[in-house]
Amino acid sequence: MARVAMVEAVTMALAWELEHDESVVVLGEDVGINGGVFRATAGLAQRFGDERVIDTPLAETMIAGLSVGMATQGMKPVAEAQFMGFILPMVDHMMCHAGRMRHRTRGRLSCPMVLRAPFGGGIHAPEHHSESTEAIFAHMPGIRVVIPSSPSRAYGLLLAAIRDPDPVVFLEPKRIYRLNKEEVEDNGEDLPLDVCYVLRDGTDLTLVTWGAMVKETLEAAEKLAEKGISAEVIDVATISPLDMDTIIESVEKTGRCVIVHEAVRMCGVGAEIAAGLADAGLYHLYAPVKRVTGYDSVMPLYKMEMKYMPSVQRILNAVDEVLEVS
Amino acid sequence: MPATIASFKIDYYQHLSPDGRLMGDDAPALATDFEELRRLYALMVKTRVFDKKAVALQRTGKLGTYASCLGHEAVHMAIGSAMREEDCFAPMYREYGAQFCRGVKMSEVLLYWGGDERGNNFSGPKHDFAWCVPIATQCLHAAGAALAYKLRGEKRVAVTVVGDGGSSKGDFLEAMNAASAYKLPVVFIICNNQWAISVPRSKQNTAKTLAQKGVAAGLPSIQVDGNDVIAARWAMDEAIAQARDGGGATVIEMITYRLSDHTTADDATRYRPSEEVDDAWKREPLVRLKAYLTEQGEWDDAREQALQDEATAAVDEAVEEYLAAGKPPLESMFDYMYDELPHDLAAQREKALEELS
Repeated sequence: MARVAMVEAVTMALAWELEHDESVVVLGEDVGINGGVFRATAGLAQRFGDERVIDTPLAETMIAGLSVGMATQGMKPVAEAQFMGFILPMVDHMMCHAGRMRHRTRGRLSCPMVLRAPFGGGIHAPEHHSESTEAIFAHMPGIRVVIPSSPSRAYGLLLAAIRDPDPVVFLEPKRIYRLNKEEVEDNGEDLPLDVCYVLRDGTDLTLVTWGAMVKETLEAAEKLAEKGISAEVIDVATISPLDMDTIIESVEKTGRCVIVHEAVRMCGVGAEIAAGLADAGLYHLYAPVKRVTGYDSVMPLYKMEMKYMPSVQRILNAVDEVLEVS
Repeated sequence: MPATIASFKIDYYQHLSPDGRLMGDDAPALATDFEELRRLYALMVKTRVFDKKAVALQRTGKLGTYASCLGHEAVHMAIGSAMREEDCFAPMYREYGAQFCRGVKMSEVLLYWGGDERGNNFSGPKHDFAWCVPIATQCLHAAGAALAYKLRGEKRVAVTVVGDGGSSKGDFLEAMNAASAYKLPVVFIICNNQWAISVPRSKQNTAKTLAQKGVAAGLPSIQVDGNDVIAARWAMDEAIAQARDGGGATVIEMITYRLSDHTTADDATRYRPSEEVDDAWKREPLVRLKAYLTEQGEWDDAREQALQDEATAAVDEAVEEYLAAGKPPLESMFDYMYDELPHDLAAQREKALEELS
């Protein structure tokens, strides 16, 4: 079994599906001979040829529209948006077509495509390269939004996303692309979509997060453990459709919840989770639900980006607040 | 002196004059294939009778907003009759004539504009795209379909239509770029009907033709008289044959005129001089084909009357079928969202059935 970083796990999953399903194609800007700007498609064009791993002209709308067209005709395109900041021209095709193709045709056509994009801050990138706009896609009916937070989940969830008969936006937290290596068996086994993953069991409070923020959240849980506080950590993994049951079940046990995400607070997925708790978990809560998020301001250029993003300390501050209430 | 490294010309094709005379001596074989011309004329008449009825249904509250295709019939027949079943059509939202050629039923068009998704699950080829409202997005879907066929080595062609307004959209330009880069089996038709709701062709840009946008992408591009079914069908045949043989995409600008309002929610008299519309009626596609066939001794009043009666009966039958369709079942709001309904949406479905049934 190989020890791989998350970005390598992405490559492994793409290679597995290219090898085992001839309807799968990878397409995007620089995904071919260059292997992608983050190396997520490294070696794939050399191995599978330029008709399976397709460099596109520099046009994001084109990548999304071609993928919709191919997907309706029996292909399984796995498209790459080079950075999430450049995904916005693709929103039209995802919202107006990918998410409604099956519905509008009463199942006559479907759209089994994956749109992959590296997202989030923390790598000292230029303007427009660091945003977390996952909520835009979570607001689209008919689209799954999946976010891995480790090499093994990147491998298993990406396989599941490609195999899913409906469109999936697969967002890869690039700050942790190469952070840790993990043993990942390249056996083609996928992981379930539409469910949260409980990464750490706890009894005193629930920390809910996804993507790169899993790192800070687990570190916060570790620091809390040193103080004798037992925090349960949930990686949401599929933010739409949302598995509220796992979160509510946890809060029934702990009575306290802090939600952590990099994206702006306003209409972020944290708001949906908090609303879900208010709706179905209120009587189990001992304290208000708190959110630790990016601010409702523009993602700053890189000198200030780590100040913008939730830190372990900000998470601990929020935890202090919810633990104060008895 | 700079050296000229690229230059271009756009050829314009027309064989049938507005009064139905054959022009020049290079008419394609279709000009003397009277059986096929009568078939196309019959489909054009049926499309027009259908269109008139659909507008009437909207005016009497029996249909939602409807986009009329009045004046576009020759464009539609050229497209629909040139395609094979296995080819893929990616229409915008008013190419009913082309779709009738492909087996879509009149009642299904009415269902769609009558607010019912079941119209999109039509009797035409199952791989054809549904009506596409976001302007020009269908061009990329056609290019994507063509890419799928090319990658699989299938000899199938995708055909799409965009308007003069839609030709200003990035999606159209990006689709032509993709077709050029990958040499895709796709045909782009610019149905230039002179008006994008209230904005005239002259306000889209000052280029002499819209076809020349295809030249910029490296594609063979021509202009035809879109009211001349002989010229338009010839152009389609050539473009489809080239695409099927691996020769790549073509752009065909078909010049026609939107004789109707944009939709039934529009009033073109607010922005369009009536003289212009009167003048356009002199060039419309049905009159010239009928005049030509009559002149050739291939059409007469008795045939015309029989055709009108047949068209009216077919449309009446379609209207009856449409009106009898009722509402789709409540659960259909949920049941086609995903292959398998996610847990939370299943709960919403259950609650909706409980509250709304």
